[in-house]
Amino acid sequence: MEDFFLRAIVGGLGFAIAAGPVGCFVVWRRMAYLGEAIAHAILLGIALGFLLEMEPVITVLVICFLFAYLLARIEQDMMVSTDALLGSISHLALALGLVALAFMEQIRIDLISFLLGDILAIDSFELVTIYSVAVIVCVLVKWQWRNLLSITVNQDLAAVEGVPVEKTRLLLIMVLATVIAIGMTIVGMLLVIAMVIIPATAARCLARTPGQMVILATMIGCLAVVSGLYGSLTWDIPAGPSIIVVAGMIFFLTNLIPSREK
Amino acid sequence: MHGQTSGIDDVSIQPSGDVAQHELLVEAKSVSYRIGNRQILDSVDISVRRGEIVTLIGTNGAGKSTLIRVLLQLIKPDQGKVVQCPGLRVGYSPQHVHRDSILPLTVRHFLALGESASLGRIRELLEEVGVGNILDYPITGISGGEMHRVMLARALLRKPDLLVLDEPMAGVDAASQSDLYNLIGHIRDRYGCGILLVSHDLYMVMADTNTVVCLNHHVCCTGHPQNVITHPGFISVFGQDLSDTLAVYSHSHDHDHSTRHREPETSGRSA
Repeated sequence: MEDFFLRAIVGGLGFAIAAGPVGCFVVWRRMAYLGEAIAHAILLGIALGFLLEMEPVITVLVICFLFAYLLARIEQDMMVSTDALLGSISHLALALGLVALAFMEQIRIDLISFLLGDILAIDSFELVTIYSVAVIVCVLVKWQWRNLLSITVNQDLAAVEGVPVEKTRLLLIMVLATVIAIGMTIVGMLLVIAMVIIPATAARCLARTPGQMVILATMIGCLAVVSGLYGSLTWDIPAGPSIIVVAGMIFFLTNLIPSREK
Repeated sequence: MHGQTSGIDDVSIQPSGDVAQHELLVEAKSVSYRIGNRQILDSVDISVRRGEIVTLIGTNGAGKSTLIRVLLQLIKPDQGKVVQCPGLRVGYSPQHVHRDSILPLTVRHFLALGESASLGRIRELLEEVGVGNILDYPITGISGGEMHRVMLARALLRKPDLLVLDEPMAGVDAASQSDLYNLIGHIRDRYGCGILLVSHDLYMVMADTNTVVCLNHHVCCTGHPQNVITHPGFISVFGQDLSDTLAVYSHSHDHDHSTRHREPETSGRSA
């Protein structure tokens, strides 16, 4: 197996492992649009990377992190509908990112590789970052599992039972931001949220408990990465989109299975 | 003005009634809360003691749920304060728990979210609240009435000092309602907790309740059910007809709870 292909598979699997647990909470708590909004800040992170001559994956992580924190705070304080607010701020971030990149005339960047990901060009530094994030995400979700699930079911009930609701909510948003940031290197900013929510949604029909759903979502994500990459190699098609196409196919297949509930 | 001892037995001057000796679990002192220009709560006083069932009644939009949220310290009042006795364990059953089919959650897993508990204990509690057969059902697959009982079980799992039930009768048919009220009375006796019940259904409330608090942004009147329903404040909110109907109803269910007015207690509290 070619070296670049092996790195791609390893990197993709790392992302799928991080995206599985977080993706489940995103669909349970209806945070897909929030995730999408965070992804819009990615270009700003990349511009910052060029400006500071740092690894883009690091600056993207930082920007996504800050941006998510900002969104979480604003969402909490303002009376405007979250929908409109996220839509406004996220597209502002995207436009700012594009403007910032346009100012850097000396650098010619391949915008497409950031929009759609460049998994086949993934380097060892990115791999280390992806796996660090994956480990942190899994540990945090495992550690805070009951609190996270409790605020997902009912925040008032959770608060009365002693769960620090706001902190837990913020933790989840921050974890989502890091997953979005590393996903940029795998499937790109346009498709990253798809890789977070599609495996989780596909896992729903097969799962009977929240824990099962997390494990199944992770497995489906991994399957999509490996099959998508082989498909991309075989038919010479872009890797990121083919991973998502496979995930989507799994989604349709699992939804054909008659539900055991009800 | 109020000493820290206010948590316990500071109303022992209460002339009659066994409840009076019991410890004060939670108390709101002239609590006000507004959203924008709307005054939701206006200088409301309410308290719940151990062994007592307090029923909060009021029309839709009277501020019942807001008052509950203030008492549970989920929101801060604009004025006034809420005192909970130290180390108070609250079991809470919200008016509505959103059940979404995207989250695969069985009754068993739902119950385990609140408190670590053995499967045996969970089974036992489900039996106690009368839904022993639904342990492995998804929570999206049970009825509204069953869900209320499941939430009651989750609250009881915490061995609460104070049980707060927000509209536990919503979506429960009339026959099951009286079962559920019996169950609540039984829980009070068995667990020795204080119970705060929110209801807009006045007919069923009366029998076991020690104190009725009638809320319409402010407290219209408060006291033993029989006194409240003839109170001018009650009549002004709910009308003379209802007052008459309830008088008949509660009379037929009158048992030997000593009749008492709220006034001595109020003066006792601010002493």
